[in-house]
Amino acid sequence: MSVITKVKKKEIEQFISKDKRTDGREMNDYREMRIEQGIIERAEGSARVLLGKTDVLVGTKIASGEPFPDTPNDGVLTVNAELAPIASPSFETGPPDENSVELARIVDRGIRESKMIDTEKLCVEPGKKVFVVFVDIYVLNHDGNLIDAAALAAVSALMNTKMPNYDYKDGEVKIKPGYTQLPIKQHPVTVTCAKFNDKLVVDPWLEEEQAMDARISFAIDDDFNICAIQKGGQGYFEPKQVLEAAKIAKDKAKQLRKQLDW
Amino acid sequence: MNDKPEKLIDKKGLRLDGRRFDELRPLKLEVGTLPNADGSAYIEHGKNKILAAVYGPREAHPKHMALQDRTVLKCRYHMAPFSVQERKSPAPSRREVELSKVVRESFEPAVFVEYYPRTMIDVFIEVLQADGGTRCASITAASLALADAGIPMRDLIVACAAGKVDDTIVLDLDDTEDKLGVADVPVAYMPSLNAVTLLQMDGKLSHDEFETAVNLALDGCKTIYAMQKEALKSKYANVEESED
Repeated sequence: MSVITKVKKKEIEQFISKDKRTDGREMNDYREMRIEQGIIERAEGSARVLLGKTDVLVGTKIASGEPFPDTPNDGVLTVNAELAPIASPSFETGPPDENSVELARIVDRGIRESKMIDTEKLCVEPGKKVFVVFVDIYVLNHDGNLIDAAALAAVSALMNTKMPNYDYKDGEVKIKPGYTQLPIKQHPVTVTCAKFNDKLVVDPWLEEEQAMDARISFAIDDDFNICAIQKGGQGYFEPKQVLEAAKIAKDKAKQLRKQLDW
Repeated sequence: MNDKPEKLIDKKGLRLDGRRFDELRPLKLEVGTLPNADGSAYIEHGKNKILAAVYGPREAHPKHMALQDRTVLKCRYHMAPFSVQERKSPAPSRREVELSKVVRESFEPAVFVEYYPRTMIDVFIEVLQADGGTRCASITAASLALADAGIPMRDLIVACAAGKVDDTIVLDLDDTEDKLGVADVPVAYMPSLNAVTLLQMDGKLSHDEFETAVNLALDGCKTIYAMQKEALKSKYANVEESED
């Protein structure tokens, strides 16, 4: 933790101990949220999410490929995240580091475990040919809570994704003109809480993220089941705080669904 | 993998390996198994066989990673190519990169990092055989290795998973239950501090089921915690426990 962060941490903790936040939000408020879909024409689907100043772009591509041996009837989902150096002075070039791998895997788990995509409908020939859905997360500006922003952008992009029409002959997939909608069954929403001593706040922005003890993220499906969780950060949660965070996540997911009309 | 069994829990409430819903698999813990390491431990948890080694505190490498006010904890969780059914490439997979991170974060709150500024503590975990719940067994072993290395800690970290198999919330899923079950919730815990230091989940659970699963996992952690202490005592048996 840098010296500046240490000084800031005290200030942020003082605010939060009084149920206030340094940017004026309530404890369980998200920053202003904006979603634009279909902004990259070359991609099969795309969405850009602005969460305050956090800015994440997701593009999806669809290609034919082989299924995994243990799931011969299912299409394949591949999620990747790029923390490009344009987005933050703390991001570096080079192969994906643990932060981008973790981000991609959290988003992946939310989509996969909620069974958002009807992967059986992406099967062309069992055990031989299926469609692969590539979800690529591009962070354009990092101002905290990349997890919720990226998850929201990924789900929005998938909802916007078109499946190409095709012919299948002699083991070859030939793409035909025209599209159908990617088959979708669920719309998972991911909610992250940051912990400061005995308090929890929703949607930590960068300053809070740098000073927090730890964070916990919940992916919630259409039926308000929890389908993925990830704790992160160097601190800990008391068991009762974990359950409190789960409750907040469920309530927030309900509210977000209404707001997004999902 | 074998053909999928129809039921993972039979009419008597017994699981495929004969355990009840709240039973752990057999555990064996050994401390100080690797002569070259500053601290080490070996765990057998069901069919999991895992070695953990701790080197340090030692000079930070690469040097620019050193911090002026604390030690840097590094962790590598790695699976041997022969540890699973299909050979795993020895190169680190994305799963291993993520697990290395969350496992390291599970120790962070326990270690008095400020005692050793400008140094590094390396925790190396090698999964020799995997049987579901490797991250939990790894944490349990690595925490013993840290203690064996004499690194001051606030508490031992102990980890155990709970999950949902068929319609039942069960403790400590094995490989088959993990693959065919409904949900898996690994938890790492410091019992004396009542602190959850790792929590993940995949699958599908209602809010109430999640609460049941977390509580069951915490009970499992407390049982293993007692075994961890025994394992340390059996190596350091000549050291009398002092009454504060």
